[in-house]
Amino acid sequence: MSTKQMHIDPYERNWMIFSAILLVLFATAVSVAAFGMGIQVPAPETRVDPRTVAVDPNSPWSNPGLREIEPGKYDAYILAHAIPNWEYLPKEITVPAGSSVSFYVTSGDVQHGFKIQDTNANFMVIPGQVSKLTVKFDEPGTYNFICTEYCGSGHAIMYGAVIVTP
Amino acid sequence: MKQYQLSTGEKKFIGSHLLVAILALAVGSLFGPLQAFEHAGWDFYPYLKPFIKSYYQGLTVHGVLNALVWTTFFIMGFLTFNVMFGLKRPLKNMTLNKVGFWLMVVGVVAAAIPILANQATVLFTFYPPLKANWAFYLGLTLVVVGSWVEGWGLFMTYIAWRKENPNERTPFIAFASIITALLWQICTLGIATEILTMLLPWSLGLIENVDPQLARTYFWFTGHPLVYFWLLPAYISWYAMLPEQAGKGKMFSDSLARLSFWIFLVLSTPLGFHHQYVDPGIPPAWKFLHSMLTFGVFFPSMMTAFTVVASLEHAGRKNGGKGALAWIGKLNWSDPSVAAQLLAGILFFFGGIGGLANASYNVNLVLHNTAFIPGHFHLTVATGVTLSFMGISYWLLPYLTGKKLWNPKVAVAQAWTWFVGMIIFSNSMHVLGLLGAPRRVPLGLAPYVPAEWNSRLFQVGVGGAILFLSGALYLTVMLMTALNKEKVAEEVTVPIAESMQDLSHTPEWLDRWAPWVYGTLALIVIVYGPQLFDMIKNIALTSPGFRVW
Repeated sequence: MSTKQMHIDPYERNWMIFSAILLVLFATAVSVAAFGMGIQVPAPETRVDPRTVAVDPNSPWSNPGLREIEPGKYDAYILAHAIPNWEYLPKEITVPAGSSVSFYVTSGDVQHGFKIQDTNANFMVIPGQVSKLTVKFDEPGTYNFICTEYCGSGHAIMYGAVIVTP
Repeated sequence: MKQYQLSTGEKKFIGSHLLVAILALAVGSLFGPLQAFEHAGWDFYPYLKPFIKSYYQGLTVHGVLNALVWTTFFIMGFLTFNVMFGLKRPLKNMTLNKVGFWLMVVGVVAAAIPILANQATVLFTFYPPLKANWAFYLGLTLVVVGSWVEGWGLFMTYIAWRKENPNERTPFIAFASIITALLWQICTLGIATEILTMLLPWSLGLIENVDPQLARTYFWFTGHPLVYFWLLPAYISWYAMLPEQAGKGKMFSDSLARLSFWIFLVLSTPLGFHHQYVDPGIPPAWKFLHSMLTFGVFFPSMMTAFTVVASLEHAGRKNGGKGALAWIGKLNWSDPSVAAQLLAGILFFFGGIGGLANASYNVNLVLHNTAFIPGHFHLTVATGVTLSFMGISYWLLPYLTGKKLWNPKVAVAQAWTWFVGMIIFSNSMHVLGLLGAPRRVPLGLAPYVPAEWNSRLFQVGVGGAILFLSGALYLTVMLMTALNKEKVAEEVTVPIAESMQDLSHTPEWLDRWAPWVYGTLALIVIVYGPQLFDMIKNIALTSPGFRVW
């Protein structure tokens, strides 16, 4: 076999350089957003047993709801479940504007999603795992959180809301 | 010069792949528009109750048949054709390939029964702990194993050819097809592990619980390279066939075309975490690494865009086209195979741009599991791939059957209606996703839909209606061609765009397999190994199954 040099047209070489620069630019933008501005994706929290997470008295999800950690800072423990009627517990939480809320969400049965409209909070809810993201609510209003993963015949009705009061 | 001829038996074998593929598309595509209509508020599902119990069952049929069965059967048939025609030799062991094909057929039937009986309404991702009937998992396993067996038959054929022709460059279409088959063998290890170690024994009652996070990780090991398995056969046609059809154009750069296929092999598997950016059980550092590799696999697609457009320009200028862009009008748009693939390529370009947004780590927070995602993959797999396959079938079916394509004008109209319908459908889905609409939801029933979504939901229905028409036209053309009494005048010529350079310009290292294959495996071990090892070591089999549909 011959060992001639690979033929690359000058136009094509320039296009490849342009493509590489473009991708480096995108990667840089994403990196700056992630590490400079702190827009991060969920990281592993604790793991739980989905069979007992809703009933074990030591589990925060046996008594799901909002806990005020310090003024303006909250932890929200939310249980997603398909059985019996596709809902989040609690269905609604209310915080004053300017609050920072850390959501800890897990599932008692199948996989669910959790997306708070008009925020960057959007993650999978997987049985056995705890999903966590923190959201700061500056504007008063109603922010629906909706299930974004198919979880059975009631999937379409599964939602709740964060009510931010002035 | 007379082309290499396939025997009648070989043509029948390829044709049976095409037949199963088109049957799957016919049934699966019925449900696509039904979903779109539901979004627009025209819900037909209540009338289907005796057969199809829910929107979700329809969605499962649509996803499994269109995304898995139509693609896999068409692809295995097309790759088999490319290997035989490219290498100018019969399969080394036709029986082996037939065994593979029939395993796939049995698998489809086994999976179809529980799906139609509403015993497997788990969508085509079948995330546990949703638990389907065991026959569903067994059927999927047989489809995958059958495709492996067919792949082995192709590898054996290549090895035999190499022994007979030690000093020749592998002809491009065979070369690229073997890489595609190899990519499939490597990446399906994920889904095979998921089903065989967890889902199948679980559905049979041999184990009680599964680990859903680990199952998802196995699934997406396969799930992303799956899209390259769909895409690369379309690329083969765009690179090495379409320029010839469009106006006797040649392939602009054989070397870079081959290099891009190698990069696809190396990079398409080790980036599956980009489907799991918002999974709780995977550390962000690994997700970030996979996002960077995802940008990397965009590079060979950019190379492909250049070579394909340059080759088409060559065709357009040969047809007398002038100017910077005016040559586009001189391509053979009246040939339905050309029109379909050109239009597929145009929409695929936009699909690729949307894909970059999905791949962008934290940008995905806004898009994950929204309607943006099906909007995206209806530009890629449902147009870039599917419309290209339809285009290929416009010459392949006459080639295989010796029958004239029935009414090429209708076929051209089919391509254009698909293009227009998909623009309307997909654009509105993208916008809905950005507004926050979730995917996989019968939005007509959802209580949280704000009024501002309504105009877009209507457009989803309009797009679906046009696509329904286009799908019906496609099936009509296929059926009428199969029944056509009019024979082709002489043997259909297989469109092959030769390389512009002499093949001796293609360096030898692009025809060596070992370094690329070892490199691929090494990269997978590096970027998947540690996290996967950790997840398996800490496996928590704590989820019993649920049947909540």
